[in-house]
Amino acid sequence: MTTSANRFVLDPTNERRASTMERVGRPTSLKGLTVGLLDISKARGDVFIDRLEERLSEMGADVKRYKKPTFTKPAPVDLRHEISINCQVVIEALAD
Amino acid sequence: MNRPTLPDGLVVVVKRECATCVMVVPAIEELINGPLPVTVYVQDDPTFPESLAHIHDADLSISWHYDIETVPTVLRIDNGVEVARTVGWVRDEWERVTEQSDLGSSLSAFRPGCGSLSVDPDLVDELRVRFGVSALAARRVEVADAEDEFEAMFDRGWTDGLPVVPPTEQRVMRMLTGTTRQPTDVVAIVPPDLVEITVEKVAINAVMAGCKPEYLPWVIAALEAVCNDTFNIHGVLATTMPVGPVIVCNGPGTRAIGMNSGMNVFGQGNRANLTIGRAVQLIIRNIGGGRPGEVDRATHGNPGKLSFCFAEDELGTPWTTLSESRGISRTTDAVTVFPGEGPRCVVDQLARDPESLTNTFAACLRTLHNPKSVLAFDAIVVMGPEHARVYADAGWDRDRVLSEIHARLQIPGSELIRGANGIAEGVPTHLSGMTLPKFRPGGLLLVHAGGGAGLFSAIIGGWANGDIGSQPVTREVRA
Repeated sequence: MTTSANRFVLDPTNERRASTMERVGRPTSLKGLTVGLLDISKARGDVFIDRLEERLSEMGADVKRYKKPTFTKPAPVDLRHEISINCQVVIEALAD
Repeated sequence: MNRPTLPDGLVVVVKRECATCVMVVPAIEELINGPLPVTVYVQDDPTFPESLAHIHDADLSISWHYDIETVPTVLRIDNGVEVARTVGWVRDEWERVTEQSDLGSSLSAFRPGCGSLSVDPDLVDELRVRFGVSALAARRVEVADAEDEFEAMFDRGWTDGLPVVPPTEQRVMRMLTGTTRQPTDVVAIVPPDLVEITVEKVAINAVMAGCKPEYLPWVIAALEAVCNDTFNIHGVLATTMPVGPVIVCNGPGTRAIGMNSGMNVFGQGNRANLTIGRAVQLIIRNIGGGRPGEVDRATHGNPGKLSFCFAEDELGTPWTTLSESRGISRTTDAVTVFPGEGPRCVVDQLARDPESLTNTFAACLRTLHNPKSVLAFDAIVVMGPEHARVYADAGWDRDRVLSEIHARLQIPGSELIRGANGIAEGVPTHLSGMTLPKFRPGGLLLVHAGGGAGLFSAIIGGWANGDIGSQPVTREVRA
């Protein structure tokens, strides 16, 4: 991921709220929705996510898979943005 | 980044693109043959000067930190401290600074230098960030590469409904050059959340509003003027009435920053007028947390809540200015803030005598908010030049104009009591026998502004006045 100084802005607020945006409400059904599955890149997380994909597909959801470059760092902003514009729901899989 | 140290002796800063720098190379060679050590820094071409040992100031760190504005610059450094400096080529000056004689004898005695790369307008914002950014404390918010930066400002709830300029570090650092105050200085405590705001946060919001750096002191002054118990911006924000801070600017600085006091004075088209007022309102939103539908409970609001800021026409006024009438010298820059609704027009194209024109003003002002409302609301009369001329020709000064308007607005209580004239609104019936003034003493402010053609003026109605509401506040603008 490349970033430049211009892709950062300074927060104009009083910084009393987290800079991240609020989550949308939980849907009553997943049928017809696009569900993002975010693999954090920890060992065997894919086993869990493969099974989730099977189950979600059976429920009528359209599943898209995403993967963080490394579990040790937050998801890159571009990846978060891509998920936010492609998916209505996201499941982040932790594993250990 | 810390300021790099310079070696003792002589330091010469040059760039290849500068013809004077090329010309003085023989003189530099003479310096090198002299008693003091010489260090040559080149800004642009790392091979220049080919005949001399030199260091490429590739990141312009030396040039930036030593305030090199012109090349060539010669510095004499003694124990790490600059003790002498000259710029361009002036033989006498070079000989003074270097303590050598007969320098560059084949050259003319004088040739001006060129602009340093470190003050190149295309580079200076980036350099300011590179070398000065540690002064800024605000949280950095990352915008994704695929994210439209203008949409990102909307998505985060930072705008007033119009696009804002993304507040990058470069832009904010540039904005901060408009004030001598430190970024960490606290300007005010901003309602409704009662949050301290620093100069840095003012600058961030001023960038977003579209301000130029030279507007920043005006934004700061306006913010100081609204954020106090006297003006009570909390109430102005929270009220169901359609008011916002109206900012009237006075002083020579209004001309220096290009504010409009003439044609279309309340309208579109002037950057300073529109962005100074907008910055104040963005700060109320972003720092104070005052948002429409939340603490802002306005029934209708008014378009001036985006920005309502203008300058008085001081060069054309026949009177003292508004800020003079409020105790500020005419040569001092000042803002006066007023809790105002949108302006309404006063039309009188026939009056050629002051009495007739005053009757018109009184009749129009009588209807402010409700013809039966008295004492509760202030107003600004913005006198157009063609109306003001009628008074000037008759020799009426500011006080005379206002006192004559007041005199015509002494209203019998019987016209004002509840139910009178078939209108339920009104004052309690026990006031029927009294005479009541439409405006409290000092409740009318007079400003001279507008275009030179049109026998029109404007009235800006206020909000609950006095201790229960809001008082106009005047503050000096300080650099």
